Amino acid sequence: MVEVHLWSGLRSLAGGCEVVSVEARDTGEMLRALVRAHPELQAPIDAGVSVAIDGRVIASGLTEPIPEGAEVYLMQRLRGG
Amino acid sequence: MSKIHVSTTVNGDAVEYLCDPRETLLDCLRDKLSLTGAKEGCGTGDCGACSVTLDGRLVCSCLVLGVEAEGKEIGTVEGIAEGDVLHPLQQKFIDYAALQCGICTPGILVAAKALLEQNPDPTEEEVRFWLAGNLCRCTGYDKIIRAVMDTARDMREAV
Amino acid sequence: MALDDRKSDGFTFVGTRPNRPDGLDKVTGRARFGADAHAPGMLHGAILRSPHAHARILRIDTSKAEALKDVKAVVTRADFSDKVEFAPGLEGDFWNILENVMAGDKALYDGHAVAAVAATSALAARDALKLIEVDYEVLPHVTDVDKAMLMDAPVIRQGAADYSVPEGMHPNVVRKHESGHGDVEAGFAEADLVIEDHFTTEATHQGYIEPHACLATLGADGKGELWCCTQGHWIVQKTCAALLGIETANLRVTASEIGGGFGGKTTVFIEPVALALSRKANKPVKLVMSRSEVFRATGPTASASMDIRIGMKKDGTLTAAQGTFRLQGGAFPGGPADFTAMCAFAPYNLPHVRQVGYDVMTNRPKQAAYRAPGSPMAAFAVESVIDELCNQLGLDPIEVRPKNASREGTKASYGPRFQRVGLVETLEAAKAHPHYTAPLKPGQGRGISCGFWFNHGGETSVSLALSEDGSAQVMVGTPDIGGSRASMALMAAEVLGIPYENIRVTIADTATLGYNDVSHGSRVTYASGLATIKAARHAVEKLCERAAKKWGIPVDAVKWENGCAVPSGPNAGEFDPLPLADITADMGRTGGPISGHFEATPEGAGVSFATHIVDAEVDPETGKTKVVRYTVVQDAGKAIHPTYVEGQFQGGAAQGIGWALNEEYIYGADGRLQNSVFLDYRIPVASDLPMIDTVIVEVPNPGHPFGVRGVGETSICPPLAAIANAVSAAAGARMRQLPMSPPRILAALKADG
Repeated sequence: MVEVHLWSGLRSLAGGCEVVSVEARDTGEMLRALVRAHPELQAPIDAGVSVAIDGRVIASGLTEPIPEGAEVYLMQRLRGG
Repeated sequence: MSKIHVSTTVNGDAVEYLCDPRETLLDCLRDKLSLTGAKEGCGTGDCGACSVTLDGRLVCSCLVLGVEAEGKEIGTVEGIAEGDVLHPLQQKFIDYAALQCGICTPGILVAAKALLEQNPDPTEEEVRFWLAGNLCRCTGYDKIIRAVMDTARDMREAV
Repeated sequence: MALDDRKSDGFTFVGTRPNRPDGLDKVTGRARFGADAHAPGMLHGAILRSPHAHARILRIDTSKAEALKDVKAVVTRADFSDKVEFAPGLEGDFWNILENVMAGDKALYDGHAVAAVAATSALAARDALKLIEVDYEVLPHVTDVDKAMLMDAPVIRQGAADYSVPEGMHPNVVRKHESGHGDVEAGFAEADLVIEDHFTTEATHQGYIEPHACLATLGADGKGELWCCTQGHWIVQKTCAALLGIETANLRVTASEIGGGFGGKTTVFIEPVALALSRKANKPVKLVMSRSEVFRATGPTASASMDIRIGMKKDGTLTAAQGTFRLQGGAFPGGPADFTAMCAFAPYNLPHVRQVGYDVMTNRPKQAAYRAPGSPMAAFAVESVIDELCNQLGLDPIEVRPKNASREGTKASYGPRFQRVGLVETLEAAKAHPHYTAPLKPGQGRGISCGFWFNHGGETSVSLALSEDGSAQVMVGTPDIGGSRASMALMAAEVLGIPYENIRVTIADTATLGYNDVSHGSRVTYASGLATIKAARHAVEKLCERAAKKWGIPVDAVKWENGCAVPSGPNAGEFDPLPLADITADMGRTGGPISGHFEATPEGAGVSFATHIVDAEVDPETGKTKVVRYTVVQDAGKAIHPTYVEGQFQGGAAQGIGWALNEEYIYGADGRLQNSVFLDYRIPVASDLPMIDTVIVEVPNPGHPFGVRGVGETSICPPLAAIANAVSAAAGARMRQLPMSPPRILAALKADG
């Protein structure tokens, strides 16, 4: 099980939850599982999210493994200039 | 409107071209003589990327008409090196990394060379004010100023 | 990604300062930039632009222009694909890009493209534009971010808001970001002093000296070639292909040398237009923007209106922070309000923090990234308030910041915990620097500020090919915007063990290398560098295989040292070291040519922090500010080529100085840009600035084999606040509006009496 922390602007799409628990071994599975649990999360995920795993920022990768017990945060998709 | 025939000298070579009276010297150097070292950064004489010398005087070639070059001597960045031997300024710019993207570099080299020919021992303030007409957005000017001042010192010591 | 065990010290090439490989071209005028290309039969393009900030386009009559014998093609929106579809990586943004590249029903800002011509000369093209007749119905416009949110504001576009915007907000509000943790009201209650204040910044332009330029060829067979100055030619490729309705692989894009980008050349403006003209005229078309077009119709950064509230205890501990950030990004979604919000409080360890960001549309050009998009504005507002809190509580700013600084394990304001970061190290280095304690003259003030940026990974492909004589060619896909070719060569040299001079780095085009993300996000040295290292290691594996075969020993008994294959231990056998050149001389006959590859999307780019110190002097009669001394202290992780790292620090600081003191977009009551030339949009010149001192701090990034953190962007984050704090100290008045131009400083001095 992975506990995924959502930024406060997403909570209304996840039934008010700040943290959603899903089964996932990598970032792609995790995002798909989030949408299955809360279908309204599809829109922000399509708009673009980055994932922080124990502080390490995964800008876009869907195959990044999530170790057991890792702290996982969703963030708005990073871009630079 | 028919074109005007211009005969001039660029970097010591006799050249000629046909130009529309509205074309600038910068247009003519770049499009007719394929000397693309001088750049158009603004077209209004504010950025100095088009700097050349006209009868030894530093000018913005975007503010000179192509027809005004008739009978004059033009110096561009392509003429600063002597064959394959770089001018001390050019070498120092490479050594000091006094360029990042390099778009302003031709104009700055032409301007700096003109300065050192006029004033072989400029102060930092004199270099900064002389180059105030050459915009650089990448470097913050620090390494450029150091390169010009150290080249001036090297050239004085070599004499 | 584990740390390479040679990472700290023990480098042979990395960390040295050789001359850059493209230096000769750049000092002799040989280097070819966007406008330096020619093609046989080439036509010249020109674009007709709206003189109105907001207008319905009723009719465009191009017949008179088409009738000119010098004019070979005229295009309008009708010449672009009407089925612009979602494609991976740009999140459905193609429609917005198309609408910006060529107006549809409405002209949305002063300078918006409405039609274009291709003619036999640049002058003929310009003359032809005057013959195109456009009937406009002028509409009310809005250019101010706060005004654009009010209920009576003109509507830019209906239905552009997404899921994040609450019901009841004006249609111009298109995105809302909200994040944070804890209970800010409880936090404020614990504070001894709470300061709440409002700050504004104006839009600025990246100010690259090279205007956008391209040479486009698109045939009736759907195959095209495009030469352009860009930070990312693969993005240009897929965007242009989508807009023109052709297959991506049929368009070959070559990146020229680029005369500055800073984020402003990470998208397309004129390239699709040039391709459309070329297709219609069946000839190559060269299109170059004028400086005025660059200011009016490319991508400046957003302007911002910000409300900040921060609580601090008497001992300097921060208890809570709250910020609301409203940014306008022009007539399209994209203002980086989310980043402004996320970066604002990132340098601080806060138990209670909440930030909200709004992205708002106005009748202005479509914004583009500018070096750490969104972060500098936030730093200006937040660091000004922290400075004010320190002043009022009688505390030293350089002591208060480390007390509250984010470190490894700190929960960031935007959620996750930080890995190893170098903020405290930059503060300590700043405090120890002689600048911090140098005496100030009367009329001078000193300011400090911290800054933060995320940095980026992104899709990366690198190929490395060995030549028979033992030299190496490295093909990367990230245009060289800061001297990166030198850094790539250093990293390849480090792995291969051959001299730096024997390595040639080329920026490949879209047809000769795999996909690459843009040169942005401070990612080039990190990602292309990492890929170069891995491609070189891949080649080294193959070299070791050849040596193993030659010696008749297993491949794991061979290691690579100082540019040679050597037996890995005494058991492996007695063989003389086999230099790279000896292996490659024979490679055709021992198994074939040797190359290394790496294609991946590296993750784990390290965030970077900086601290800047500024001394400024204000002239009370003219309001002019002189920057007297400037020091940049920034964490680079590992400086591959220290001279170029210093260059990034200095360049970012200079842009920040311009943004703080003088640069701004000025709109008239008619919504038109008033200052679209360098005379009136004045960037810092050589006589405005002092020498800019730099200190490179190295706290290695665990996510890169050599510890690299991106450096290109963080340097623009602190200057706005550092200078505001210095000027506020020198003038004795808190400055809340950027730029702090002379009239504003005089007004502040007068108001304070």
